Formats: sequence, structure tokens, C-alpha cells
Amino acid sequence: MMAKPAATAEQAEVLETHAPAPAGPVKKLGGPAIWFDERIGLAKLGKASLRKVFPDHWSFLLGEIALYSFIVLLLTGLFLTIWFKPSMGEVEYHGSYQLMRGLAMSQAFESTLQISFDVRGGMLVRQIHHWAAILFMAAMTAHMLRVFFTGAFRKPRELNWLIGVGLLSLGMIAGMTGYSLPDDLLSGTGLRFTDGAIRAVPIVGTWVEFFIFDGEFPGDAIIARFYMAHILLLPAILLGLIAAHMALVVYHKHTQFPGPGRTEKNVVGYPLFPVYAAKAGGFFFIVFGVLILMGATMSINQVWLYGPYNPAQVTAGSQPDWYMGWVEGAVRIMPGWESHWGPTTWSWNVFVPFAILMGIFYTALGIWPFVESWLTGDKRPHHILDRPRNAPTRTALGVAGMTFYGLLWAGGGNDILATQFSLSLNSVTWFLRFAVFVGPVIAFLVTKRMCLSLQRADRERVLHGSESGILVRSQIGGYSEPHVPISVDEAFTLTQHRQYTPLEATPTEDEHGVKLKGPGTVSGLRAKLSAWYSGYDVAKPTAAQIAESHHHGDEDTPALPH
Amino acid sequence: MRSGSSRRRHKAARPFAVALALVLMGALYAVLSPATQVAADTGMSAQVAEGKGLFQVTCSSCHGLNGEGSSQGPSLIGVGAASVDFQMSTNRMPMARPGQQAPRRPVTYTAEEIAAIAAFVQSLGPGPAIPPSSAYDASNLDAEAIARGGELFRSNCSACHQAAASGGALPNGKYAPSLHGVEPLHIYEAMRTGPQQMPVFSAGAIPDEDVASIIGYLKELEQQPSAGFSLGGLGPVTEGFFGWVVGIGGLCLVAVWIASRGARAK
Ligand code: HEC
Ligand code: HEC
Ligand code: HEM
Repeated sequence: MMAKPAATAEQAEVLETHAPAPAGPVKKLGGPAIWFDERIGLAKLGKASLRKVFPDHWSFLLGEIALYSFIVLLLTGLFLTIWFKPSMGEVEYHGSYQLMRGLAMSQAFESTLQISFDVRGGMLVRQIHHWAAILFMAAMTAHMLRVFFTGAFRKPRELNWLIGVGLLSLGMIAGMTGYSLPDDLLSGTGLRFTDGAIRAVPIVGTWVEFFIFDGEFPGDAIIARFYMAHILLLPAILLGLIAAHMALVVYHKHTQFPGPGRTEKNVVGYPLFPVYAAKAGGFFFIVFGVLILMGATMSINQVWLYGPYNPAQVTAGSQPDWYMGWVEGAVRIMPGWESHWGPTTWSWNVFVPFAILMGIFYTALGIWPFVESWLTGDKRPHHILDRPRNAPTRTALGVAGMTFYGLLWAGGGNDILATQFSLSLNSVTWFLRFAVFVGPVIAFLVTKRMCLSLQRADRERVLHGSESGILVRSQIGGYSEPHVPISVDEAFTLTQHRQYTPLEATPTEDEHGVKLKGPGTVSGLRAKLSAWYSGYDVAKPTAAQIAESHHHGDEDTPALPH
Repeated sequence: MRSGSSRRRHKAARPFAVALALVLMGALYAVLSPATQVAADTGMSAQVAEGKGLFQVTCSSCHGLNGEGSSQGPSLIGVGAASVDFQMSTNRMPMARPGQQAPRRPVTYTAEEIAAIAAFVQSLGPGPAIPPSSAYDASNLDAEAIARGGELFRSNCSACHQAAASGGALPNGKYAPSLHGVEPLHIYEAMRTGPQQMPVFSAGAIPDEDVASIIGYLKELEQQPSAGFSLGGLGPVTEGFFGWVVGIGGLCLVAVWIASRGARAK
């Protein structure tokens, strides 16, 4: 990620973001604008937000990709609702796709074929809608990783992180319901999978299944119900959460990477208007354009190949969309364990990878900001981002999590891996059964090491400067490479971060033997975890050490030939 | 190269010695055995005789001199001419090296040689014969019959071969191959003889006209334009992969460009 301080730092103007002086109605507005301004004070509101400052870093645009693909989803989805028929009623197909002529199918599938083949631009819009869903989820995931690895979730942004976790999980459900709507063989198989997962929930599973499907799978209600959720309920909640998410971003102001002139009290960047707005507006059209290109040139979910859903049929390579792939993988590599207690069946083979794993995953994501602050004892607000190396345990945990997720992903595509790389399906599965446990541990250790080496390299660089790349031969014949001191700005960037001293355990009882509890106390366990979490940092050089090293350099290092 | 050819010579040498001994034994047997057997042998057509010769040179190391099977290969008695035609026309047989599954390769035997060996194997015990082209002709099917072929394909075949016939994985390193570009004749023969893990679909289960429908569907499917690049026709896994690489990858490049532009464009 950020190896060097952002190049924009030096050139960018520093804008302190205090509230603008109260201003009267803006004069230069046109008629309708004045009309509105006099009634709802638009100008004042607009002016404050127009002066909001956004820093520039490419990774800050990941969230925007998610935002824009969501808008594209709304627009294309609206188009699709005009023709889609959310009904499982059976019809005989007489549309223009010859290879389905005369087949019995649901109205949902028939109308999907109609949109694809008979509605002008329908195929394009269907494909854009699906690609936008893929991109929406991918951008959210990438955005979340950016937020995680840079520590942007720390106080005061924990709430926005929680909203983000909500968005991610709801996005997954929105995608899942959308995937089920066309009622083709893949979506039916996916529903079957969901149905099995629901049923595997002990005790209430069957009851919930009957509730959702209005009877036994597949029933004849599920498409209409999912349709309601997909086009009304979920978009509305998503929209609300996104609005709250954006409002909080504006309210908290954006975080920024460390650099000279950047403090916890300011934001260095461009005012929302016009620079950022122009960029953001431009970026919206680029995202839209890329999605149109993808929809126009890359086929996606060709439902006519899969045919109408029929519970008696199945196809090799039945997979969910990528964001459910890790759950699919967990189910695929899980050994087929099952217990029978009394009249009940406990399908661990489905319940564990589905409900328990997903539960753990989202819970872990949600509580992380609080866990981290508990480990470091840090309750201060943060607006300057971490460079990932400076939070080595967090970074290592993140990479371990990505490794775990990635291996489960591979499990979800185990058959595709087997056929495309001529591997044995069984070997892939057995390898993954062990790798999902060993891989993350290795990833953790390696990442942590790398972070610490990078910290050491930073320290060296601050104390001894950068290599000049020039070999100097001394009079007695020895060779040496003089180092040039780095700029003050860079030294600042490399040393501005705070390093934590692990928490010390406080006494558990006072002198009268009364148990001590409360905000100030630290238990032995917490102290141990805290030492594990932040006890390995390579001490950054102190100001005295830096001064000393510069002095030292003057005498020893041969001057560079000019 | 050299070690390869000498190994092959090596491999062939033993069956040859056995073959020679057997021919001698056979000659002796022919002289001594009852008359009916003699009649059967003399009734063997020239084609079968030619096939027998070829078989004993190329196939007997695994399938035994008279197709009775060995530890290296199954018995071919009763598998029928269709099975041999399928296996040899797709050049799965002769198997190049023992393995999980003989892959499809470009054919190296002439039609006459294949027909001769097929006739010989058919003479060992009756099995599915090579069908006349009328049995699987799909050229006169109407749209409904082809659509029904699609239903039959999804009911009977797509679990292994994938809905778009792109192929799929089976346990233990085995796989169901892609069916794109497979000859109609070989589709018919594969169904009737069930190579490897594939079940036999007998005429009782799927009559000839339904086989023709399936063939018609598969051939039509190949003609269908895809809505953009097909991305391998493998479904959501490759779609997700391209979504990340093209979508996120491409847009990140744009984001890097935008973030660096602004600083100067101010
Ligand atoms: C290296 C050993 C080997 C050689 C040589 C070989 N085969 Fe095979 N053959 C096998 C094995 C193993 C199988 C079963 C596995 C399979 O079908 O892939 C088999 C299967 C077959 C089958 C399918 C049997 C069935 O149940 O339908 C036919 C037909 C066949 N072989 C014909 C031949 C012919 C004809 C030749 C000579 C041109 C030949 N084989 C050469 C090993 C061999
Ligand atoms: C249980 C899984 C399974 C089912 C079901 C199945 N097949 Fe197969 N099929 C296979 C396997 C495995 C092979 C590869 C055999 C080999 O390589 O020896 C194969 C091979 C074939 C081939 C030869 C392809 C080539 O590359 O030459 C054709 C054609 C074929 N199948 C058609 C069908 C049709 C049509 C159906 C449905 C009526 C069907 N299969 C059902 C597993 C299956
Ligand atoms: C609907 C999906 C989402 C949209 C549209 C979205 C959009 C955005 C945008 C545009 C920003 C400001 C620019 C940026 O930092 O990238 C932002 C910030 C933020 N997002 Fe999201 N996001 C989404 C999902 C998530 C998720 C899944 C998380 C985490 C679980 C998350 C956590 C955050 C946080 C903490 C910030 C503040 C970051 C900062 O100020 O540095 N968001 N979001």
C-alpha cells in the first residue's frame, strides 16, 4: 500500500475544516434556487458541505466504487422490474429462443428469457445488473479491507464500521435473493442449498423452512417473496444504511494518511466542490462505463444454458456468486458429520459451515474495533491512518483472515480447480481440510515478520538515511556507500505514529482484600493479550537518537563527490 | 526418444512370444477340437481376421489375446463394436499409459483398421453395434424435439457434463469431458456403451429418437452465439474471477490515475 507519504502532501493546500462563518443568503443564485433557499436554507447547508475537504488517495475511492455500483444496480434493476414476472405459475414457452421451444417453465423464467431475447437492450441491462452486483460486493470487500488495514475503524468511526458490516451482510442477502429470481437451474439449486442450510439449524430449522417457503421446498411462493425482499425491502434498508454511512463520513470527516502538515485536527486535500465533486462525478461515469463495457462484452449467468429449474435436474459446476463462494467451500470441504439424538437430527456437516461459521465471521468483524481498543487500552480518537506495518498484529490477523477466506473460496470452486488444473477432486478437498487451519497460522507469522522487518527498515532509514547508490573508494582502497539523510518531511512521516506499551496488569485486590474492578483495572489475561498484540514493535527512533545520528554522520560518512 | 521406443519394443516382445505360443497352441487345438469349433473359425471373415491380428499386436498387452482382459485392462467380451469404435475413434484406446482415465486424443488409426478391430471384438460376444447414421440423424428435427433434447440432457447428463456441456469433475481425479465438437456418432456410442464412470443409457431407457434429440440439442447449442465472451462457460466461479480482475482491478488503476491527476490538475 502506502510505502511513501502521499505525494500530494507537499503541493496540496492545507484547509482547516472549521465551520464556515455564517453567511446570509447567497446572492448569485438563480430564480428557483433562491426560491428554495428562502424556504429551506439550501445555500447555507450546501455551502458547509461544499467546503468539506476530501484527501486524495486511490484507496479512498474503493468505497465510491461500491456506492456507484449500487446506483447502477438501482437504475438497471428498475428497468428489469418493468418486464420481470415474479411468479412460479407454469407456462409453455413460445418466445424466440428456439432451444426452449415448447418447454414448461415458470413465468419468472419465461420473463427472464423474454428480457434476454425479446426486450430491446434487455440482455445488456440484465448483464450490467449482474456485473454491478458482483462489483458492488467486491468493492465493499476491498473497501472494508482498506478500512481494516489502515485502522480507519478506530474511534470515532466504530459506528460507521458497524454500519459497514451491516451493509456487507445485507449486500450478500440482496445478491442471494437476486440470484434466485430467474428460477433457472442454477438459482433453483442455490435455493435448494439455502433450504438445506435453513433446515440444518437444530430444532427450529424445519419450522423456519416452512415459514420462508410457505410449505415444503420449493413450494410456489418463494419467488414472489424473494422478489419483494429483493426490490423493496433490501434496497430500502441498504439505501438507508448507505445514507447513514455517508453522513457519518461527512460528519467525522475523512481520515488521511500520515504526512507533514497532516494532524489529528485537520484534513489535507481538496474541497468537495469543485475539485472533489468533479473527480467523484467523473469517477461515477467511469464506473458506470466500465460496467456497461462488462455487460456488453462479457457474458454472465446465461440462464438459457441452464434451463428452467426442475428439482430432478442438476448441473456440474453449480456454484453461487463469488461472495457466497466461501460458505459453499466450507460446506464442500466439511466432513459429513451428523448426530441423531432422540427424534432430532443434527447435521453438523451443514450447520457448522453455514450458520456457525457465518455467525463467527460477522461477529468477529463487528466487534473488532472494540476488541482492538480493549487490547491497546487506546481510547483516543484517530483521524490519521496507520501504515499497516505499524500495527503488525492487526495486519497479520487481517492477512490470516484473508488466507482463511481465500482457501474456503478455493473449496467452493474445488471442481473447477480439479478440471482446469488436472487435479484430483479428492486431493483438493483433503488439502483444503488441513490448509484452512494451517494456512492462516503461517500467513499470520510471515506477515508479522514482514511488518517488523519493514519497521526496522524504516528505523534504519530515519537514522542512517537512504543509500545513495554511489560507491566511494577511499585512499587506502576500501569501498563504501555513503548514505544521504532523508528529508525532514519523510522522517516525520516515518516516525509520527504512536507506539503502544502493552498494558500492565493492575492488582486484583486492594490492601483490604476487596476485589478491584472498574475502568482503570487490567486483568492478568488482558495484560498478556495486550503484550501479544503490541509488545513486538521495533522501537521507533527518538528525537535524541535522530539528532545524534545526524551529528554522527557528519564525521564518519565521506562527503559525496559533487 | 530412444528409451521410449525401446521400452515399447520391450513391452510388445512378451505378448508377441505369448501370441506365437498361442497361435501354435491354437493350430494344435484346431486340429484336435470338435468340428463345430472349426466351422466357427473358418466362418471368421477376412475383416475379423485382420482385426484379430491388429488387436493382438496393439491391444492384447492389456486386454488379453482374445479380449478376455488382464490386470491391465478389462475384458472386452460383449462390449461390442460400438465401444471399440468410440474408444479408438477418439483415440482413447490404445491407452498410451496406464492412468485414471484415458484422455481423448487426435485419432491415429484408419477407419478400416478401427472397423476391423471392432468387428473382431463384436465376434467375441455380441454387444452394441456401430449404428447406421439414420439412428442418430438430427438434421430433420423440429424445434420442439430439440428443446426436448435439452430437457433430456439436463435430466440425464448435465450432472456430470455441466449444463452447457463444458465438462465437470468427478471423484478421484476422474472427469466428465467437455462435449463441444464431439461427433454425433460418438455421442450415440458413448451413451450406448457408457465409457468409464459414465452409465450405459440403453435403448430401453433412451430410445434412438431421444438420442437424436440430445445430439440435435448439443449441436444447436454449439451454434448459439454467447452474449459476449463466454469466459469458459464455467459459470459463477469464472464470473467472480473476472469481476474482481477486470472490475476491481481495472477501476483501481483508474483510481490511482485519478488520485495522482488531481494533485497537479488543481
Ligand atoms: C495400456 C493398456 C491398454 C491398452 C494398450 C489398450 N487398452 Fe483398452 N482399456 C484399458 C483400460 C485400463 C480400460 C478401462 C478404463 C477406461 O475405459 O479408460 C480400457 C477400456 C477399453 C474399452 C472399453 C471397455 C468397456 O467397458 O466399454 C475398449 C472398447 C477398449 N479398451 C478397447 C481397446 C482396444 C481396441 C485397444 C487396442 C487398440 C486397447 N483397448 C488398448 C487399457 C488398455
Ligand atoms: C456419471 C457421470 C456421467 C453421466 C451422467 C454422463 N456421462 Fe458422458 N461421460 C462421463 C465420463 C466420465 C466420460 C469420459 C469417459 C472416458 O474418458 O473414457 C464421458 C464421456 C462422454 C462422451 C465422450 C466425449 C469425448 O470426449 O469423446 C460423450 C459424447 C458423453 N459422455 C455423452 C453423454 C451424454 C449424452 C450423457 C447423457 C445421456 C452422458 N454423457 C451422461 C460421465 C458421465
Ligand atoms: C454499500 C456499501 C458501501 C458503500 C457504498 C460505502 C461507501 C463509502 C464511501 C464512499 C466512503 C468514503 C470514502 C472511502 O473511505 O472509501 C466510506 C467510508 C467508510 N466506510 Fe464504507 N461503504 C460501504 C461499505 C462499507 C463496509 C462493508 C465497511 C466495513 C465493514 C465500511 C466502513 C467504512 C468506514 C469505517 C468508513 C470511514 C473511512 C474513513 O473515513 O477513512 N463501509 N464508505
